[in-house]
Amino acid sequence: MEDKILEIRHLSKAFGDHQVLRDIDFSVGKGDVTSIIGASGSGKSTLLRCINLLETPTGGEILYHGQPVTGPGVNAAKYRSRVGMVFQSFNLFNNMTVLENCVVGQVKVLKKSKAQALEDAMGYLNQVGMAPYRNAKPRQISGGQKQRVAIARALAMEPEVLLFDEPTSALDPEMVGEVLDVMKALARQGMTMLVVTHEMAFARDVSTRVVFMNQGVICEDGTAEQVLGDPRQPETRDFLARFRNA
Amino acid sequence: MDKFVKLIQDVEVLWSKYYPMYLNGVKNTLILALVATVIGFLIGLACGVLNTIPYTKQDPWPKRFLLKLLRGLIRVYVEVFRGTPMVLQAVFIFYGLPYFTDGAVAFRGNSGMWLASIIIVSVNTGAYMAESVRGGIISVDPGQTEGAKAIGMTHVQTMLHVILPQALRNILPQIGNNFIINLKDTSVMFIISFTEFFAAHRYIVGVNNMYFPSATVEMIGYLTMTLAASFLLRLAERIMDGTDHYKLVQEDSLTMTAGTYNHPHRGTPFDERSKEVRERIKQELKFGRSRGDR
Ligand SMILES: Nc1ncnc2c1ncn2[C@@H]1O[C@H](COP(=O)(O)OP(=O)(O)O)[C@@H](O)[C@H]1O
Ligand SMILES: [Mg+2]
Repeated sequence: MEDKILEIRHLSKAFGDHQVLRDIDFSVGKGDVTSIIGASGSGKSTLLRCINLLETPTGGEILYHGQPVTGPGVNAAKYRSRVGMVFQSFNLFNNMTVLENCVVGQVKVLKKSKAQALEDAMGYLNQVGMAPYRNAKPRQISGGQKQRVAIARALAMEPEVLLFDEPTSALDPEMVGEVLDVMKALARQGMTMLVVTHEMAFARDVSTRVVFMNQGVICEDGTAEQVLGDPRQPETRDFLARFRNA
Repeated sequence: MDKFVKLIQDVEVLWSKYYPMYLNGVKNTLILALVATVIGFLIGLACGVLNTIPYTKQDPWPKRFLLKLLRGLIRVYVEVFRGTPMVLQAVFIFYGLPYFTDGAVAFRGNSGMWLASIIIVSVNTGAYMAESVRGGIISVDPGQTEGAKAIGMTHVQTMLHVILPQALRNILPQIGNNFIINLKDTSVMFIISFTEFFAAHRYIVGVNNMYFPSATVEMIGYLTMTLAASFLLRLAERIMDGTDHYKLVQEDSLTMTAGTYNHPHRGTPFDERSKEVRERIKQELKFGRSRGDR
């Protein structure tokens, strides 16, 4: 139990009458790379957004190192700084350069000195291969480059877990590889990751675990080999079959 | 043709005789418009920021109540000051204050007149800017807020470092618009004997009846002021946008590898949902529903 970073218990979320997530139960241990797959509209994004408190769950609980993160008296901002998020649409700060994007959180949230923050930001930008573009504004770089910067920005906060919501779905095909390569390298370094993805090759080769979601519930949850190679649930089989034919 | 020659001569006569008075009017108009636009912008900024503090059903009721009350009050302020003529607001406040206090409190003398004028024009500008700032904040992509939240920024930090810099850039044309309108509309302050540029005209024609030549001087004067303001604003916008170029700091050594790619769908429902709304607000910010339509 102690090695669990996140535990999600009976989590549910409704938008008005629309029940989007039902009784979601799973946990994330240190070093886990979990891929979440499922059809569009099955609630994958909503699940990640609940975990990062961008949406307020309507039921159940989320424990971070055994402590509940919802409810009164919880410092949501502090918790979020420990759980990074990479978005499908990058969400880089448009008013800042690439470098400033990676510095601002370190200085304002982590209260690091400017010099230290700059040094560390350069380290992470190097890691994702974006250091040469440090002075560019987001509007001046490509989608794949933006996503790599977004990953560097998230890493600069030194999070314990990184959530990825379809990080390559908004990219032109030729840019998908560069982002996946960065993510693979992170996984190899032991980063704990929770990845919503349609990249089955990534799910198969990189993740330690695959969760299949269907209509707001976790339908199947197991090793990548088992869920992708030998799915037990008919829904999972249907999904994977449709996917191969697509 | 000779009419024009005559007009030029008359203008020259007026100018050589009264230029200190005209110039003093220009100076007062510029100071009043500038100060009131700055203060009005600050009022609008405060209103816009307070108006967009988010709250959810989960928040404790005193917070929700307070925020709703605040929004209500700002609404009333905006409607009242946008919905009545500034000239009337001037009279109302200037004469209302001594009326209610039996003359104990009043705007007295030259400094009182300045104070009253600055207050009225500022508060009026603030009512327009409140809406502009609110629109500017709302029209920033919600993804920016989410990006900031995701790295642990508080609402205040998000506003300060991410949202406001973008919102203010978007409403800069409107701030300029308000300044230009104020250059012209401060002319109604003659009603409380403020000696701005138009008041100079009223005084001068009262002495010599040269209505048309003096009006010509006024036209040229106002147009010069507003054109100069437009030019400076355009310059400010260009400076704020920065250059379109950036320097690569070293050779990019990253080798790109091709990946397998599937393309199940682009975008999520909520990416699309608010896009139209934001676009509409952006358009409104640019053209109309603003003080510029008057
Ligand atoms: N803010 C929202 N308001 C109302 N409905 C929403 C909202 N966000 C998501 N939904 C709905 O929740 C369901 C799941 O959406 P989502 O989590 O984005 O699925 P996925 O990421 O798996 O495609 C969809 O039916 C979507 O329309
Ligand atoms: Mg999604």
